[in-house]
Amino acid sequence: MQMPVPDPAILAKKAAIVAALRAVLPADAVIDDPFETRAYECDALAAYRTRPLAVVLPRSTSEVAAALKVCHRHGVPVVPRGAGTSLAGGAMPSADAVILGVARMSAVLEVDTANRFVRVEAGRTNLAVSAAVEGEGFFYAPDPSSQLACLIAGNIAMNSGGAHCLKYGVTTNNLMGVTLVTMAGEVLEIGGPYADAGGLDLLGVICGSEGQLGVVTEATLRILPKPEGARPVLIGFDSSEVAGACVADIIRAGVLPVAIEFMDRPCIRATEAFAQPGYPDCEALLIVEVEGAEAEIDEQLGLIRQIAMRHAPVEFREAQSDEEAKRIWLGRKSAFGAMGQINDYVCLDGTIPVSALPQTLRRIGEMAAAAGLEVANVFHAGDGNMHPLILYDANREGDLERCEALGADILRLCVEVGGCLSGEHGVGIEKRELMSAQFTRADMEAQMRVKDVFDPGWLLNPAKVFPLEVSAARRG
Amino acid sequence: MRPQDERELAAAIRDAAGPLRVQGGGTRGLVGAGEVLDTTGLCGVRLYEPAALTLVVGAGTPLAEVEALLAGEGQRLGFEPVRWGPLLGASGESTIGGVVAANVSGPRRVRAGAARDALIGVRFVDGRGEVIKSGGRVMKNVTGYDLVKLMAGSRGRLGVLSEVAFKLMPAAASEATLLLEGIGVGDAVAAMAAALGSPYEVSGAGWMPGLGAMLRLEGLAESVGYRVGRLGELMQRFATPRIERAGSAALWRDLGEVAPLHHCAGDVWRFSVKPSEAPGIVARLGVPVVLDWGGGLIWAVLPEGTNARAMAAPYSGHATLMRGCGVASEPEAPGVAELGEALRAKFDPRGIFGEGLGA
Ligand SMILES: Cc1cc2nc3c(=O)[nH]c(=O)nc-3n(C[C@H](O)[C@H](O)[C@@H](O)COP(=O)(O)OP(=O)(O)OC[C@H]3O[C@@H](n4cnc5c(N)ncnc54)[C@H](O)[C@@H]3O)c2cc1C
Ligand SMILES: Cc1cc2nc3c(=O)[nH]c(=O)nc-3n(C[C@H](O)[C@H](O)[C@H](O)COP(=O)(O)OP(=O)(O)OC[C@H]3O[C@@H](n4cnc5c(N)ncnc54)[C@H](O)[C@@H]3O)c2cc1C
Repeated sequence: MQMPVPDPAILAKKAAIVAALRAVLPADAVIDDPFETRAYECDALAAYRTRPLAVVLPRSTSEVAAALKVCHRHGVPVVPRGAGTSLAGGAMPSADAVILGVARMSAVLEVDTANRFVRVEAGRTNLAVSAAVEGEGFFYAPDPSSQLACLIAGNIAMNSGGAHCLKYGVTTNNLMGVTLVTMAGEVLEIGGPYADAGGLDLLGVICGSEGQLGVVTEATLRILPKPEGARPVLIGFDSSEVAGACVADIIRAGVLPVAIEFMDRPCIRATEAFAQPGYPDCEALLIVEVEGAEAEIDEQLGLIRQIAMRHAPVEFREAQSDEEAKRIWLGRKSAFGAMGQINDYVCLDGTIPVSALPQTLRRIGEMAAAAGLEVANVFHAGDGNMHPLILYDANREGDLERCEALGADILRLCVEVGGCLSGEHGVGIEKRELMSAQFTRADMEAQMRVKDVFDPGWLLNPAKVFPLEVSAARRG
Repeated sequence: MRPQDERELAAAIRDAAGPLRVQGGGTRGLVGAGEVLDTTGLCGVRLYEPAALTLVVGAGTPLAEVEALLAGEGQRLGFEPVRWGPLLGASGESTIGGVVAANVSGPRRVRAGAARDALIGVRFVDGRGEVIKSGGRVMKNVTGYDLVKLMAGSRGRLGVLSEVAFKLMPAAASEATLLLEGIGVGDAVAAMAAALGSPYEVSGAGWMPGLGAMLRLEGLAESVGYRVGRLGELMQRFATPRIERAGSAALWRDLGEVAPLHHCAGDVWRFSVKPSEAPGIVARLGVPVVLDWGGGLIWAVLPEGTNARAMAAPYSGHATLMRGCGVASEPEAPGVAELGEALRAKFDPRGIFGEGLGA
């Protein structure tokens, strides 16, 4: 992965920059010891590492503003950081950049169930947001699998999704307002606990901007009343095509489940060996979950059963108890862990039109065979967000490179069939150079003009999202 | 000017010597000066896949045509586009691009989100005459910045939409409305908060003068039946609900179109606020109102020239003068307004999309 050459002038000024940061922040909020900054050298895209110039860990919006003003004055790039679970290298630093971590800002500021929102500091974990309102019978809907660790700040920057977004939408659909600190250190309130934007929908473009427009320090999030209950079914098929057709028919019939998850044979076998969820040994399986009271669940599952039966499933297993429901989800939830037991893997994140599912799965199989690598598929089938996992051996010379080349080809295929490079993980450094496969120069110019407005000096997370050649002139 | 495709649209904008007035169905009526750029030639369905809940259409396609097409397949736009023509004294048929440009969303917004939430892709031509796309036709897409949201509600000030793509919803198999007749605004807002905070998936919560509070439930028949019962019990402490089934759809059309205020003379104001602030605002305004979104949306007609913002304050959110002497949006906080202005200057450096909605 190519990264820009660090600016020698900044590296040379390190002592002065650190001193200026120390002058405005508490002593324990600035880290420059190379041993300690090592903890910030990468995110979950761990194949790529660089130690940052320094790390700042502010405790308040005003400390964030103070730190940014110093960096702005010295022309130092800043990489905002949440929990570092990005799979795209979004939080990876460069040697001439200051990491600004918001993890110390995790307070709940306001819980308002009458108006159905919660206001939190952006360093709170996703799961702890739901935990703060659970007692009142509410939850925060977007549920990335990393929710125990990842922070709302990272979720907003990546516009993260989760298994339940088919019904509840992704982060942007549940975000009402943010406190944003610009690179120049200006504190802005954008949106709030009311429905419409007063002017342009700035919140909409801030969400998903991968830490390139400003540092989010607080967020107003919509919360929802918890459903009375939920129940999954497991449906096994002897072909991926038929499983895909069943998904289409369920959606076509007007039932909108909360989740439709898909696993193929390599993935089923791996999870069975790893966690013994008791899955049938078949070509493809779907986990479909519906919500409501008992009678409502029965009504929806009755319809889904009728539809599934038309596709001659090898198995239709409805959870009869909480225990059985847990077992159905167990395999899906341990899928990534199971694949990790077999080998190293790269997790892709392209989205395709649901109608292109069978043909795309077939093509991926062919491409993998040609590359001599194994690919397992586990993904959100209701919305076409695929997660092909390419297995490789990090200790084998050239394997990572072959795996990345196959990954790039698969993502180009996703774009070709009408989809996109990333459904929820973001572009970061990982898919940066592939952006040209999806966007024209004019498309990217329009996006970069938004950054020109928020961060004219291109100091915030500058070497991400856009192909390096495309952003070169702006990064200076 | 009435371009027939994106190329002609781009050429028209590139070659424009002075300001343009972008017009879809023209239901808003034109504001400002300049040559009219009519978008209705940019019409037609590009792609409709019911099994993927996906629709891509030309921005100049009439809303009614889109709705009829979807209804034929048992689907709909979840955000429930509404028609304000009768309220605001306009005629004509909205285009889907106009709906997007104004982020027009109806009562179901409380459950299904706004137009901007259903919008998954746009193609547009900016003020430089460049064709730009963002998003696409798939529901989950975080590739690059989300200009889709930025364009929704931009009121034609950043560019002219040529194509829009939506995530659709299945139409409900059945619906019912619980009416809490005769209750006042204060109780209604409390009842709506309780209903929207319940697990019964309320898909509309409003209040109309002379009627009272209304709560909508939609879904499979048995499920609606069950929830009508449970929500009814929960609402007993406010009033004994009357259940309306056959007349339910008409009630919500009236609410969306703000029917009770159609014949009031004066300035039409629209407040987007924190729902619990509604009773206070309504009391301070002292005129008949219509409430939607659980109280988060307030419609009021005030004597011409009234400074409604001063009268209603304090409130969070914002107020827009929709019909009166011009249209006026609430001024934004200084730093935020500057960002908006700077974005406009980037997308439309010559300022040819001048006034947009005039707001
Ligand atoms: C402040 C405000 C005032 C409103 N006033 C009225 C009203 O008086 N009457 C009424 O019926 N509705 C009004 N609306 C609602 C909304 O404009 C309409 O409901 C919408 O559906 C109009 O569609 P149209 O095709 O008729 O658009 P038009 O009335 O032709 O245009 C409405 C706005 O959208 C822009 N626009 C239209 N098409 C495009 C496109 N393809 N690309 C980019 N921009 C486009 C126009 O520049 C204009 O600013 C208002 C909305 C707002 C926010
Ligand atoms: C095992 C595993 C499972 C995952 N499952 C999912 C999933 O189901 N769905 C999904 O969508 N993602 C998933 N992810 C990806 C990842 O968890 C998300 O992208 C998450 O939102 C990142 O949050 P974070 O706090 O770790 O952010 P980081 O990784 O620290 O940063 C992510 C991005 O956010 C920016 N950022 C961080 N803080 C701020 C701030 N305060 N202001 C502005 N920008 C900021 C960073 O610069 C960076 O670009 C998964 C990751 C792992 C490792």
